[in-house]
Amino acid sequence: MRFLFHKLLPPVLVAVLFLLLWEGIVVVFEVQPFLLPSPIRVAESAAEHWDRLLWATLRTGGSALAGFLIAAATGIILGSLLGLSRWLERGFYPPTLLLQMVPLIAIAPLFVIWFGFGASSTIAATVVVAIFPVIASTLGGIRSTDPQLLELFRFHRATRLQTWWKLQLPSASPSIITGLRVSAGLSVIGAITAEFVSGYTGESAPLGSLIIASVQNFQTALMFAAVLISSVIGFVLFGMVNVLGWIILHDWYGERTR
Amino acid sequence: MTDPGSHDAPASPALQLSEVGMVYPNGFTALSGLSFQLEEGGFLALTGPSGCGKTTVLQALAGLIRPTSGRITVGGDDPASANHVACCFQDPRLLPWRTVLENVCLPLQLAGVDRADGVQRSREALSRVGLADAASRLPRELSGGMRMRTAIARALVVRPRLLLLDEPFGALDEVNREQLDDELLRLWEEDRMTVVIVTHSLREAVYLAQRVLVMDSGPGALVADTEIAFGPRTDSTRTDHRFNDEVGRVQRIFRSERAS
Repeated sequence: MRFLFHKLLPPVLVAVLFLLLWEGIVVVFEVQPFLLPSPIRVAESAAEHWDRLLWATLRTGGSALAGFLIAAATGIILGSLLGLSRWLERGFYPPTLLLQMVPLIAIAPLFVIWFGFGASSTIAATVVVAIFPVIASTLGGIRSTDPQLLELFRFHRATRLQTWWKLQLPSASPSIITGLRVSAGLSVIGAITAEFVSGYTGESAPLGSLIIASVQNFQTALMFAAVLISSVIGFVLFGMVNVLGWIILHDWYGERTR
Repeated sequence: MTDPGSHDAPASPALQLSEVGMVYPNGFTALSGLSFQLEEGGFLALTGPSGCGKTTVLQALAGLIRPTSGRITVGGDDPASANHVACCFQDPRLLPWRTVLENVCLPLQLAGVDRADGVQRSREALSRVGLADAASRLPRELSGGMRMRTAIARALVVRPRLLLLDEPFGALDEVNREQLDDELLRLWEEDRMTVVIVTHSLREAVYLAQRVLVMDSGPGALVADTEIAFGPRTDSTRTDHRFNDEVGRVQRIFRSERAS
């Protein structure tokens, strides 16, 4: 009960207040529904189009999750490889940084040329957006491994692979988890943005395409519903990383893990 | 390979340094013309003021650094390829995410020892340092003394013929330090491995070792090499006037060498 009261009540209270305020403003100022639909209208629209929204959620959620997982796995491996030598880092860090700097919306059409319309180009774009925080946090974590522990491993003549797997990767894991959190949020942004360009319309359109289509048809309430669902996908991915982080870190960081 | 238990193995020195010098890349001369050897099963203490190069000697014996001149052999081999050498550093150096047992097991895992065998040997090593009950705890749940015991167990688990210790108990309080000194002596009496301990405390050096080497800085070299003429250590040794006389004798050697 105390947990519910202290942890759950404040965010729920704020959300309810926010919805009431929103509903109130729309009703009192008689705002046009295509400009700003009231929360009740958004809910009605979501109920009406539940099948399209469900499909869209599954497609976008699937693309975001796939892109995130690929970015996480390759990011940890690439970050570790860059951590192996200063030489590799100097050579390959700038092009990696480019991944972060290039505007996704500008290269998304290219992925359509390469991978065609649909999920594969969405996933590719998601990986490009989500991979950099993982690479950077893995590299940073590996670089900050305790030199005295490295000396211990050197004394025991550990191989590079042993040192990586048994020392550097566990040392870097708090940092990697932080990178994964950032990357989880970016995955959804990446997937939706890519779908603006690469998605397709019709009954089984993903959320990005649905958002574009509903704006063009003045179905603002449907657009709001799609946007809210996109954020929920982001929260789910973020939650997954937190659970993973808790499992990995709670033993040795105890109370410090959050 | 000779059987470590046989007593008529040839008395080859466990370690030998001849004219060892160490100049760091920044030009600092840490060691110059250092020579000594130690017989198998000997207990040697290296002592001297800070910066005299005693830790450098230990790192060279551990194969972690290579001297810039002279030659070191450990059991006839190059230190970087010698086997059955264990090292305790100034701090315990435990992996915080591993339990005590898994930390002790680490050297065996790195050497590719079979898992069940490794766990068995780690448990034996832990019970030898009185930590059998702490096997599943994490380092952060242990006191400083218990962490150091874990590090000693991790050294014992490789069944060392040469045990190197670099001011291992320097960070502990006096009661803990004396207790661990006594345990170290007990372990040495049971196993009779060769021990080299670096300590800045002359008292600790005289209490533990059969032979004490005193070094001085500028550049690091031996100023004294003396056998400790004192019988088995007992509970009353530390307050025995003969022990204090012996400490005083080594102190006087050091001072006179320094003055000259």
